[in-house]
Amino acid sequence: MKKIIEASGINKFFGAKQALKNISFSVNEGEMFGFIGPDGAGKTTLFRIITTLLLPDEGEMKVMGLNCLTDYKELRRNIGYMPGRFSLYQDLSVEENLNFYATVFGTTVKENYDLIYDIYSHIEPFKNRLAGKLSGGMKQKLALSCALIHKPALLVLDEPTTGVDAVSRSEFWEMLKKLRQHNITIIASTPYMDEAMRCDRVALIQEGKILTIEQPKKIRAGFSKKLFRVKASQKYKLINALKSYQGINTAFPFGDSVHITFKENEFNDSIYEHLKKMGITDVNIEETSAGIEDRFLELM
Amino acid sequence: MTRENSVLKRNKKMKNNPVISVKNLVKKFGSFTANENLNFEVYEGEIFGFLGANGAGKTTAIRILTGLSELTSGEVTVAGFNAKKQPEQIKKNIGYMCQKFSLYEDMTVKENIILYGGIYGMRMKLIRERMHSLLERLNFEEYRDSLIADLPLGLKQKLAFSVAILHEPRIVFLDEPTSGVDPVTRRQFWEMIYETADRGITVFVTTHYMEEAEYCDRVSIMSEGKIVALDTPAELKKQYQVGSMDEVFIKIARPGIN
Amino acid sequence: MFILFGIPAAQILLFGFVISNDLKNARISFLDLSKDEITRKISDKICSSGFFMRGEDLTSYTEINKTLRGTKTKVVIIFEKDFGRNLLREGNAVLSIIADGSEPNMATLATNYLTAIINGFNSELAQASPGKIFLVQPEVRMFYNPSLESQYMFVPGVITLIMILICALMTSITITREKEFGTMEVLLVSPLKPVQIILGKVLPYFILSFVDVIMIVLLSWIVFDLPVKGSLILLLAESMLYILLSLSLGILISTVAKTMQQAIFISLVGMMLPTILLSGFIIPIENMPDIYGWISAILPPRYFIVIIKNIMIKGTGFLYVWKETLVLLIFTMVFIGLAIRNFKVRLQ
Repeated sequence: MKKIIEASGINKFFGAKQALKNISFSVNEGEMFGFIGPDGAGKTTLFRIITTLLLPDEGEMKVMGLNCLTDYKELRRNIGYMPGRFSLYQDLSVEENLNFYATVFGTTVKENYDLIYDIYSHIEPFKNRLAGKLSGGMKQKLALSCALIHKPALLVLDEPTTGVDAVSRSEFWEMLKKLRQHNITIIASTPYMDEAMRCDRVALIQEGKILTIEQPKKIRAGFSKKLFRVKASQKYKLINALKSYQGINTAFPFGDSVHITFKENEFNDSIYEHLKKMGITDVNIEETSAGIEDRFLELM
Repeated sequence: MTRENSVLKRNKKMKNNPVISVKNLVKKFGSFTANENLNFEVYEGEIFGFLGANGAGKTTAIRILTGLSELTSGEVTVAGFNAKKQPEQIKKNIGYMCQKFSLYEDMTVKENIILYGGIYGMRMKLIRERMHSLLERLNFEEYRDSLIADLPLGLKQKLAFSVAILHEPRIVFLDEPTSGVDPVTRRQFWEMIYETADRGITVFVTTHYMEEAEYCDRVSIMSEGKIVALDTPAELKKQYQVGSMDEVFIKIARPGIN
Repeated sequence: MFILFGIPAAQILLFGFVISNDLKNARISFLDLSKDEITRKISDKICSSGFFMRGEDLTSYTEINKTLRGTKTKVVIIFEKDFGRNLLREGNAVLSIIADGSEPNMATLATNYLTAIINGFNSELAQASPGKIFLVQPEVRMFYNPSLESQYMFVPGVITLIMILICALMTSITITREKEFGTMEVLLVSPLKPVQIILGKVLPYFILSFVDVIMIVLLSWIVFDLPVKGSLILLLAESMLYILLSLSLGILISTVAKTMQQAIFISLVGMMLPTILLSGFIIPIENMPDIYGWISAILPPRYFIVIIKNIMIKGTGFLYVWKETLVLLIFTMVFIGLAIRNFKVRLQ
């Protein structure tokens, strides 16, 4: 399988701060590859190196077989980049923005219209509206259309779903899925763990380091212990009570329940007694399967 | 006792004691109606989640509740003060943490705490006392003289929250406090919120993470200027027959989608 | 810190030194049709006063215009034929003072000083021969600006100032704005070359500024009665060069400034004061202490003011301003070259 991105030993410093620590990974052609991690993990820095906007201090980065340092001119023609703030011209209309990017990349809207049709059709009725006046979801679709208009082989999306409501986020990933049939390789970064499930492979990244690279399913399966879900009416009391239990390994709040693991990795009845002593009687415990976030917490 | 019952029971006790009371709140900007006829109450010690898409009118409503903006019509009472007539009193009695900017980056932890303590009229002795216990609780003692700019984001958020409640207000407003923060810190933050609510401080929080809605006692969902849902997370999930708040949101926002 | 302390200090230094209404080394030429002892005495007295510097001697009336049109000589004195003899025999003689009216301040100063020196000479004469009255009467004429209208000084200066500020401001903002809004990132990642991006930014403002120039010239003519004595085409051509220079300067600023605020600060505040004070706009350069004269030499507006005054007020042709034009051309090429070199193809 052809490798679209090959990174090895990438280090990047901003002054004394090390933003990327020995990053190595590869992305295959046609893959949907996700980078999941919180703010400050290094996602944007890494993407800027991939798109040749920054140079690494150490290490090698090859994109589409080309060297990021020397062949950046050719690379830039074949990458579609959607940076964190969408980078649209606020005082140009939807249509004007699209035309501009098409022209800059030496093509026309007509030429690759079929590629962006599924996305652009949502906002085409608003084509004369100024980009600054669009909602978050619409800006997202326009920015994506602009990034795709020159039919790039690699699509780089930096936090495309941040600041956008849950419905638009979901729609966005659906649109990306449809792009796969054109054999475009897509890399995207996001702080939302649940979006990891939509990728072929995912790299968990935290504080400049890659914690693991794997298929989402396997990441979940990689959770090393038995996971239990605990529910009770008084959440705060429950968490404190669980944490004070001797046999507990980890206890993390997860929405309406608490996910726990045991030191001995086996469920121990004595926990009910302990909780009763702490004043919790209506507790409900059952074993559950780990999600990506559980694994992330484990790896951190 | 089921969860809903315990919450309802607490609510009954507090029903005479709403920390926030909003009746027929309307906010217009020219001909554009940002908030249309909002009605809700928030009770003492509650964790109240204020959800909704960008542009739904959340920020507008919060600005009115915190005394930063004037309402067009309606009656709003916060911490016992009328929003129209006594906005300055409101500001003195609430805590506020806005997204990602609360502390001065070029000052140290200690300097920030003293500054905010002073702003809220706390005496030096009290400030020092609270600062000491705050730093101890967060395990921050070693960062006392560090610049805010040098702290990782997670620590900054936790510190900003502690500073927001330094003066022990009746209610604290948190605007997307855990945006972009790593999962561990996010959970620690919510544990801090729980502890705060336990002490009797009401917490009014907005968030984009639907999962965090589950941590709240009650949530309201805003859409296009109106409140379209207001209940406990469990009740909402039951009502829409789904398993997560994410799905509740999708069902409300786009009724046609599966 | 710099803003709080540096700028007031700079202002005091500049204002204090530069705004002095003293005359220094103003170049004066003599058309001596008499060439006798008296004329020599008078011219020596004038040249040794410290205020004037002797330029080349003229030999005919036709040379006067040519000399004054240039940028060096500010005043010409004409001694009529048989000056000395007329003075001694009839008790009075007329001395013509012709000043370059395109710089009203300078002209007024020069004629005042000259009149004072001549009066001094008159009293010397009176003392030497008591009882007799000898009077040298100066007759003053202002070339190019007979009624010494101040707008002749102001309008060209204002045009120079405004053009460089606005043009530099416009281009410096437009690029830093893209940096701030994030659209620059995507432009960089596109196949566009830096030259294309820069040209794409400069061209529209070039056309707009040109329309500006035409409008300004029209307005000065209609409102201020300031016609263009020289060639209009030459004026427009020189203006276009100056505009190009200013736009390029703006681009250069934008490669240095990281935010729009910085860009505005450098273009407006940073350039305004030196331009107003040191370019010869209000205060003649010759009157300044030497250091400022040197600083003024690297300010493009200084050269353009000369060009524009020459063309508009004195009506000169290209031959008189080719040196200044060349300087502007060099400046422009330097700015553009530096801008292209500085323009970073990457974010860091």
